[in-house]
Formats: sequence, structure tokens, C-alpha cells
Amino acid sequence: MAVIDPQPAASLADEGARQMTICNACRYCEGYCAVFPAMERRLIFDRHDMGYLANLCHACGECYFACQFAPPHEFAVNIPQVLAQVRTETYRDFAWPAVIAAAFNRNAVGTALTLALCIAGAMLAAAGFSGVGILTLTAPDGDFFKVVPHAVMAGTFGFVGLFVLAALVVGGVKAWRSLGETAASALRPAAWGEAIADALTLKYLSGDGDGCATTFLRRSQARRYAHHLTFYGFLLCFASTIAGTLYHYGFGWHAPYGLFSLPVVLGTLGGIGLVIGPPLLAWERRRADAALFDRGHDRLADALIVLLFLSGLTGLGLLVLRGTAAMAVMLLLHLAVVMALFLTIPYGKFVHPLYRLLALAKYALERRRPPAHTLGGD
Amino acid sequence: MNPILSATQSTYAGVCLSIGCLRRTVVPMIDLGAIDVLVLGAGNAGLSAALVARQHGKRVVVLEAAPKHMRGGNSRHTRNCRCMHAEPTAILTESYPEDEYFADLMRVTGGETNEELARLVIRQSVHCPEFMGRYGVRFQPSLSGTLQLSRTNAFYLGGGKALVNEFSAAAERAGIAIVYDAVVDGIVLDGDCFKSVAATIAGVPASVSAKVLVAASGGFEANFGWLEEAWGPIAGNFLCRGTPYNTGKVLKSLLACGVQRIGDPTQCHAVAIDARAPKFDGGIVTRLDCVSLGIVVNKHAHRFYDEGEDFWPKRYAIWGRLVAQQPDQIGYSVIDAKAIGAFMPSVFPAFRADTIGELATQVGLPADALAATVSAFNDAVRPGRFDHTILDDCGTEGLAPNKTHWARRIDTPPFFAYPLRPGITFTYLGVGVDATARILMADGLPSQNMFAAGEIMAGNVLGKGYLAGTGMTIGSVFGRLAGEGAGRHGRH
Ligand SMILES: Cc1cc2nc3c(=O)[nH]c(=O)nc-3n(C[C@H](O)[C@H](O)[C@H](O)COP(=O)(O)OP(=O)(O)OC[C@H]3O[C@@H](n4cnc5c(N)ncnc54)[C@H](O)[C@@H]3O)c2cc1C
Ligand code: SF4
Ligand code: SF4
Repeated sequence: MAVIDPQPAASLADEGARQMTICNACRYCEGYCAVFPAMERRLIFDRHDMGYLANLCHACGECYFACQFAPPHEFAVNIPQVLAQVRTETYRDFAWPAVIAAAFNRNAVGTALTLALCIAGAMLAAAGFSGVGILTLTAPDGDFFKVVPHAVMAGTFGFVGLFVLAALVVGGVKAWRSLGETAASALRPAAWGEAIADALTLKYLSGDGDGCATTFLRRSQARRYAHHLTFYGFLLCFASTIAGTLYHYGFGWHAPYGLFSLPVVLGTLGGIGLVIGPPLLAWERRRADAALFDRGHDRLADALIVLLFLSGLTGLGLLVLRGTAAMAVMLLLHLAVVMALFLTIPYGKFVHPLYRLLALAKYALERRRPPAHTLGGD
Repeated sequence: MNPILSATQSTYAGVCLSIGCLRRTVVPMIDLGAIDVLVLGAGNAGLSAALVARQHGKRVVVLEAAPKHMRGGNSRHTRNCRCMHAEPTAILTESYPEDEYFADLMRVTGGETNEELARLVIRQSVHCPEFMGRYGVRFQPSLSGTLQLSRTNAFYLGGGKALVNEFSAAAERAGIAIVYDAVVDGIVLDGDCFKSVAATIAGVPASVSAKVLVAASGGFEANFGWLEEAWGPIAGNFLCRGTPYNTGKVLKSLLACGVQRIGDPTQCHAVAIDARAPKFDGGIVTRLDCVSLGIVVNKHAHRFYDEGEDFWPKRYAIWGRLVAQQPDQIGYSVIDAKAIGAFMPSVFPAFRADTIGELATQVGLPADALAATVSAFNDAVRPGRFDHTILDDCGTEGLAPNKTHWARRIDTPPFFAYPLRPGITFTYLGVGVDATARILMADGLPSQNMFAAGEIMAGNVLGKGYLAGTGMTIGSVFGRLAGEGAGRHGRH
């Protein structure tokens, strides 16, 4: 039995449970998103339940503006905010190794930028020592590998990539367990199909076709489109890298590739997405009602936005400058930013697609099960 | 006209335009401009009337007692409206024909309704979703949710505050001025003709005149002084589930000015809610759904009514009155561990103990008396098959009163108790109206330029009793009618 006082509680887990208990007695918001139907299957809310609900929430704002118990009402219900706080906590709890996550959480933007700068500095220094006249190097053929040998580039990124993958797998397994799911339930393709479709289309940001309400009653699809630009921009960049690798190893075709080659086209489109999408997301966030957000969560989001934007910008810069003397510096900068992005993946906002997807899969699984309890009518 | 006002920028002779405060010099505070239609109250009824009147090209001002963040009256606590419909729609299942709707209304009111107005509401209710939708209100698809009311009631996506937000935004877009923190203290009539209101706007006394009045300021459920006049001192122990701003000032003033009075001041909708709910505005979440799963005792630890008489949703509304009739207007629902999981936990923590005696001490009941009541109850429980989803055969024998269904021994620790108080939802005393929402004078003749909508006139349709979702439907239908009437006023 939940013993919950409607006055704000001391710990985050209790505060989340307190607010959810109020919502569960109210249920007026059940039509907005997956959070509320998932809540209705529960009578009490432990920290695992809260983590699940938090990762189902997109902070669209609807349930805050619609809440008759929102502050200054003494019940002080603010679901998007408390779920953002819990969400931040889940990123930290599931992250591996935990120490890095804790450090990153303290100052995400600063850490990300410092990381990128350090990597760039180290690479410049290394290039200097190795005798490549990096700052003067002209490679009219735009051959990156004259600056950083292919084996070095592939090796470092391969290594970092594997580390990130391992960290994400550990995080994902932790998250799946925390959702109360098993290895067996992870093998239900129908649920995954639904979850992936919901995630890829950002179903719950569509607001039933009207869009997101983060700015009070001015619903728009802006946030959804900005997110699409960002997400698909990133995917295109990723695809460009894969294509490049295939060209290199599979077909023995070596860079630089022509303007209309697959890696360059994918990379260019992706870069454009990353240059436009993240700032738009940041802008949407600034425009939104501050009450919807949590500072801790914002910092993680900002770090990701900055790194994605810089990745896109330096990538495009590289494309433009690849025939000039600035190419080498640009390349090192780009690699440093991308490396920083990769390294911070498991510890920041970048993990949200993973946990969101797992939560959506859990939601899809849960909906196929009979409700845990039945209640009398209203 | 109120002496503290300055009339400036008048385009209408004799109409007060700008409100100021006189402390030696006149300081114009708010310039409301020339007003055609003055609406009192920015709930569902008032905003509906304002939007329709505005469509007729009128200059509309709404005075709302609450500050902006507390706006929306009781309407912000609602979730649905009851709508007649001939066939399934996107938001309503099956059909709900006029005669069935009317029969339901007759059943709950025991015939205390004005059939002409009731049928008008029912027939017009078919248009409620479309009307609300026009201003941005969205509805839940009919199949979602666990509520059994999706045949008869249309549920707003996000509930009543979302509705009020949309209506208010639509009103602002349409150029309607909603003045918050504007409490109307009294109405000035000349015979059957509305002249002006005396108000307090942002703490400053003011008089506002207009050509037409729409009174949509709700009932008097938040006015404990008035409730005590009607109910006696016991009303002091009631809780008000909705807005603290429905103090009935407009209603009282209209009735004092010779407007027809409808209904009985002791008629109200009241339910039993958690006694720890706030005095006002606790809304829907303070309800307690475990009464039928255990026993309910008064402050002497005696049972007083059959807790298992019927399904809880059907009995929900009588427990307000039942608890109101008990000493100190308090009751305690007592359950044991078997009941947990079968009802929605209250948002307030249950009192909890391993023995009935300890539980009694915790809640302040006489321990021996509670133990005696529980053991007498336990002894009276007859064997049966417990099933909370039907009127099962678990009853007691030889008790006064018996519990006729869902009676199980209270014997499995831990034991839990929730305190109960009457929670008043709204009152029925109101002003008489005709089928065009025009306010009637005491002699039964229509007033010249006054309309009423919503809770302030709901007593015309609901003499007593309540049918879920009719409060908002009456407000919507009469709000539109009042807006039409006000919009056409002065036209030939
Ligand atoms: C918890 C709860 C749940 C409910 N659920 C439902 C439901 O699901 N469906 C349903 O149909 N009904 C429901 N009702 C009933 C419903 O709230 C009312 O029937 C309906 O809101 C009445 O609308 P209204 O516009 O007349 O009044 P209100 O919405 O109460 O608006 C009246 C407005 O007038 C203002 N006002 C009052 N006095 C003054 C003054 N002197 N000067 C200026 N302004 C003033 C108030 O501040 C208020 O904003 C519920 C009520 C409660 C309390
Ligand atoms: S957010 Fe507010 S209105 Fe929505 S379900 Fe929760 S308590 Fe109810
Ligand atoms: S903010 Fe939006 S997504 Fe999050 S719980 Fe509320 S309605 Fe759902």
C-alpha cells in the first residue's frame, strides 16, 4: 500500500510516486501519451516503475498545462518536470562505468567541450611530433589519410566504438531488468516492431496530429521535425561512415570520394541535418515553458546538442575545405568532436533513444498482457 | 453610477467605460471600453456564452473572480459531458436516444425537473462536442480508458482545465476581454432591466455597466456562511471539492433584486471524500473508493448504513449526505489487508495498524467500541462467494444495519482506516430561466436584458439528484443560448 502524502515528498522516488498516485486517482490525462495507460496498470510506484514511466515521457507539456493540480495548487503536480528528473537519474543509474557518468552529470557541456578540445590538442601534438607539417599541409587531392593514416583512424574509432557499444549493452541490460523484463520477453518481435515504429515516427510528439504543446497552447510540429532532422541527420552521417568503410575495405576504393559518391552525399545531407536540427531543438527548448524541464536534464541535453551541431559543422567544413590548406586542421577538429561525441554517448542524453525504445517495447509487451487489476467504474 | 468611477471615452451615453479609483484624484485603472455584453464567470458556461455573443459582433467583457492561474471555476475539475446521440461517433459508443436520456434524468431527479428545459438540454446536447471542438477542445477516442461511461459521456482530452484553456485562448483570439481577479459584489437593476455591476477588480472597487448581462458565476458551494444558513452549523465541517471562488454573490444579488428563485438551498451534490482533503479545490482525486470493501463507522465507532447496498459508483453520491448526518460530520472507512489492490489507493496515506485497537487509537476512535463493532460485524458475516464485480451473496445477518453485499470478515492484518467527510460538489439553488436562457423575474415574466447559464441556473433542470456529465452539458447548451440571446439583443 502506498503511503503517500499529497504534499511534496523528500526524495525524488517518493516525489514521483506521490505525483503518480494523484494522477492515478485522476486519470484525466490518459489520452495524451503512453505514460498514463502504463500508470493505470499500477497501484503503487517504486523507482523501477518511475524509471519506466519517465522514459515513456517526451516532455510534450500537455499534461502540465491541463493539470488542475499544477502549482500553485498545493498538490503541486508537474509530471513533465518530475519525470525529467527521474529520467536523468535513470541515465546515471544505468550508465557503465558509473564514475564517468557521475563526472559527466556534474558539468556535461563543459566536459564535452573540454574533451573535444583535449582530443584535438592531442592529435595536433601527435601530428606535430610525427613530423607531418600539419598546419601547412596541403593535400589538393583532399586525402585525409595523409593527415591521419587510415589504420589509425579506423583503429581508434573502432576501439572507442566497441567500448561505447559495450557500455550501451550493459546499460540496456540494466534498463531492461529494471523494467522487470526478462531475456525471454526481449525476444518478442511484434512488440519491438510497434516500439520501433513509435520511436521512428516520434508518435508521441505528434500530439494527435496537432504537435507538441511545450509553449502553452501553441502546439506545433517544430520540435518533432527538429528532432527528425537531428536523428536522421545523425543516422545519415553514420551511414556515410559505413559506406566509406565498405568502399575502403569492400571494394578497395580509396578516399577522397567524388561529390556525388554515396559517402559524400550521405555525409552532406546528414551534416546539414545536424547543423539545423540541434539548434532548432535548443531553440524549441528555450521557447518552452521552463516549468516543464529539469536543470540537470537540460545540461545533458545541451551537451548533446552542442556536440551534434559541432560534428555537423566541422564535417561540412571539412567537405568545403578539403582541397585547401585548412583541411588538416579541420579534419583533426572534426575527428576530435566526433570522438568526444562517441565517448560521451553512454553518459549523457545520447542514451535516451535506447531507454525510450526499451520503455516503448515494455509498453507494447505490457499492452498484450491482461491488466494487473480491475477497478470499479468511475 | 458608482461615485468612484470616471466615465471617459464613452461611445455610449450613460455607459460607464473606464474604471478608476478615487482617492482624491481619479486614477483610471482599467479601460474596458464600451461593453455590449458583460459575462460574469469564465467557466464553461460563461466562456461559451462569450464566444457565441462575440460571433454576433458584440463587444464582450468577461469578469472572472479568480486570478488567471486559478481560472476555470468548477469547470476545470470536470472530465466529460453527457451527450445524446443516435449512432456511434468517434468519441461515443452505441447510441443514447432522447427518451433514454430523459428517463435517466427523471430517475435521478425524482421528476423534479422542468421538462421543457430538460428536453431542450438533451436535444441540444448532441451538438456539444462539435461546439466545443470548434474552439479547440479535443476529446478522447471512445474506446480508450477504463470508464464505463463512454456510451453516454464524451470525455475531454486532458479534462476540464484543458477545455477551459482552449476556450480562454479562443476568447482572446476573438477579441474578448477576460478580466481576472474581478469579483462581482452586486448587480444593479432598474426593474427588470440590468444596468451595471459593482465589482472589485484587482482589489479596487469599480462599477461596470453594459447593455446585456450573462450571469454564469456558478453556485454558492464555496460560501460556508450561506451553506450554514441552509444546513445549520454542520456545514462548517463540509469540504468544497471545487473552486473557492463560487461564493454565490451574483446569485444572491439577483435573487434579492426580484429575480425568480429556483430550487432549494439544501439541495446539492455531495460525496464522501477523504477528510484530509483541502478545504477547497481538492477536485476528483480526494475521493475514496474503498467504502464497499469494508465497514464505515462514525466517531462513536458505530456503523450507520449498508456499505454494500449497491455498486460504489451508484452509491458514491449518497455518502456525502450520510456522513453529513453523523456527529461531527465524520466517518471512518475500515478495511483489512484483503481489500488492498481492489481499489484505487487514496492520495492520502491510510492509517495502518496490526490490531483494530491500535488502529482506533491512531485515528482517535474509542478502541473498545471499534473492536466490538468489528467483532459483531465479523460474527454476522454469512458464508458466500466474494465477487466485487457483481452484487454477490456475501452479506451479514442480524445487524442493524446489515451489509448486504461484499461483506467479508475484517480479520487480516494490517488494518487500514480512512477518515471521511462530506465533500460538496455544487449547489442547486438558482435563478429561473426560459428556453432562451433569459432570466425570469419573480412574476414569471422575462427580464429585458439578462441571461443565465451553467450552475447558476442548473436547478431548472436538476431539482435534485445528479446525472454524471449533465453539469457541463447544461452549461454548454445554456451558454450557447445565452450567447445567442445576448448576441441578438437590440436587433429587430
Ligand atoms: C470535482 C468536480 C468534478 C466534476 N466533474 C464533472 C464532470 O465530469 N462532468 C460534468 O458535467 N460536471 C462535473 N462537475 C460539475 C461541473 O463542474 C459544473 O456543473 C460546471 O463546471 C458548471 O459550469 P459553470 O460555468 O456554470 O461554473 P464554473 O465553471 O464554476 O464557473 C463559474 C465561474 O464564475 C466565477 N465567479 C463566481 N462568483 C463570481 C463573482 N462574484 N464575480 C466574478 N466571477 C465569479 C468563478 O470564479 C468561476 O470561474 C464537477 C464538479 C466538481 C467540483
Ligand atoms: S497531470 Fe494532473 S490532470 Fe493529468 S492525470 Fe495527473 S493529476 Fe490528473
Ligand atoms: S509531458 Fe507529455 S509525454 Fe510527458 S507525461 Fe505529460 S503528456 Fe505524456
